[in-house]
Amino acid sequence: MSNPLISVRGLTKVFGDFTAVNGIDFDVAKGESFGLLGPNGAGKSTTMRILAATSTRTSGTVEILGKDPEQFGPLVRAHLGVVPQQDNLDGELTVSENLYIYGRYFGLSKKFIKNKIEELLEFAQLEEKRDVKVEALSGGMKRRLTIARGLVSEPDILLLDEPTTGLDPQARHILWDRLFRLKEQGVTLVLTTHFMDEAEQLCDRLVVMDNGSIMAEGSPAGLIKQYSSKEVLEVRFGSDRNKEVAPQLSTMCERMETLPDRVLMYTEDGEALLEQIMQAKLHPTTSLVRRSSLEDVFLRLTGRTLIE
Amino acid sequence: MNQGIDVPQIQRFGALYIASARLKSMSKWRTIIAAVDIGNPLFYLIAVGIGIGVLVEQGSGTSGTNGIKYIAFIAPALLANTAITGIMDETVFPTIEGFKWRKLFFAQNSTPITGRQIAIGVYLAALVRALFAVTVYYLLLLAFDVVNFGISFLLMPIAVLGGGAFGALMLFAAAKIEKEDQFFNILGRLVIMPMFLFSGTFFPLSSMPIYLQPIGWISPLWHATELGREAAFDYGISTTMVVVHLTFLITLLVVGLTLATRQFERRLAK
Repeated sequence: MSNPLISVRGLTKVFGDFTAVNGIDFDVAKGESFGLLGPNGAGKSTTMRILAATSTRTSGTVEILGKDPEQFGPLVRAHLGVVPQQDNLDGELTVSENLYIYGRYFGLSKKFIKNKIEELLEFAQLEEKRDVKVEALSGGMKRRLTIARGLVSEPDILLLDEPTTGLDPQARHILWDRLFRLKEQGVTLVLTTHFMDEAEQLCDRLVVMDNGSIMAEGSPAGLIKQYSSKEVLEVRFGSDRNKEVAPQLSTMCERMETLPDRVLMYTEDGEALLEQIMQAKLHPTTSLVRRSSLEDVFLRLTGRTLIE
Repeated sequence: MNQGIDVPQIQRFGALYIASARLKSMSKWRTIIAAVDIGNPLFYLIAVGIGIGVLVEQGSGTSGTNGIKYIAFIAPALLANTAITGIMDETVFPTIEGFKWRKLFFAQNSTPITGRQIAIGVYLAALVRALFAVTVYYLLLLAFDVVNFGISFLLMPIAVLGGGAFGALMLFAAAKIEKEDQFFNILGRLVIMPMFLFSGTFFPLSSMPIYLQPIGWISPLWHATELGREAAFDYGISTTMVVVHLTFLITLLVVGLTLATRQFERRLAK
């Protein structure tokens, strides 16, 4: 990658005797939407705090716009928009006051911020809430405001840590739509998530993380192609029978995962495989044919599901 | 990056941005703050001036207080104590809130603002709050004819210096502690209360047994009170002691602020 905005080599962060991030490497190009996918505790948030130039690293090198964030913290942060996992808005202030004060921390002029607030309120669909105290907003609105706040300085890179965790499905879709617009405008996005659907929707490229290490890297489609089959047949025989029939099932497909509640069978043609199972008189209680997802990639790589 | 962002400018004035944000938050509480800062001295001046003061002077006249009316004797201490509690409120709560309850400091630190600037900004806003409380108090002292207009205005900066010395330590302590419940219990019962009672507030420190006097020596309240009495009434303190009091308070302030800014940086970078 020529002239990446972010370049990470051998990044390691140790807390006491716990290694949160263990020698990871990646680059992020300008305009790219890059994801860190992994379960809770994989080291994603720690990595994000280091990228945000607010946390120190134990070893390795990090360059953001060619600068070491540890050495040039304020300078690097001037280029970043940060959306933390936990909203840290000022609940006592109104929506527009929150945007205004945050803009002032970048030393931006009152006039510039005033105009910017109008634009951001529209973007976050919060025009009618401008004079409402933040503590009265719903979770989805707070999230949108936090994202809008991160954009007040027109950052080169927007860092989002678990942007939709804790939101209901409708609020998530609104948020994805907003983030997609940013992506279209060419804003470089770096996000962490433990939702595979979110990663598939928003990321051009991602790394799969587990226990502080990177397990795989690629585009969502590329990773699925590399680590999974085209289709997945999910069958349930009831919790006791799943294990019983597993040996017989395993002869019918390339690869199989037996989860506590269901059996996942990896195949190029799910319907044909289901037919084969029926002919063998195994009669699952429920069955579902779907396309492979990043969840399957993660399962293949780690032997575990993303959300446990 | 936005062309309007001037990082060197932020590095110079960042603490002021934080202070102005803190003052904006405080202004949301302006009615309560004004009620406390006016009500509190009023209650004291009435209770002590009309009640306890009369009783004390009936008992021993003004012989125990270098010939100063009792209410006037304790006024500099009350003033300094007002600065101390005002600064304490505006350093301890915002700091615990900033690190733990609402994590506002982490939001501020995700901009070019540094931990050091956040610490200093919170501290400056607390000084402004204390200056407001002390000014109100001083005007009431003038209105109640407790002090004479003139050089006694020095009571105000002295009280703020005393509060600032104590507040710098509180800023550090609040940034250091993890479990705030215990901290509040210890602070209120084992620090603030004894300091208020044993710092020569209601009687000269020298009238206490010698083994209790060290409480006063290490208390910023005592040092500020003694300076205040000298400024307001020519209390008869030697120049050496004036220098000692000033040195003690300034040292405490500098040490406290140094520790606090380091602790802010450290905790934010965790």
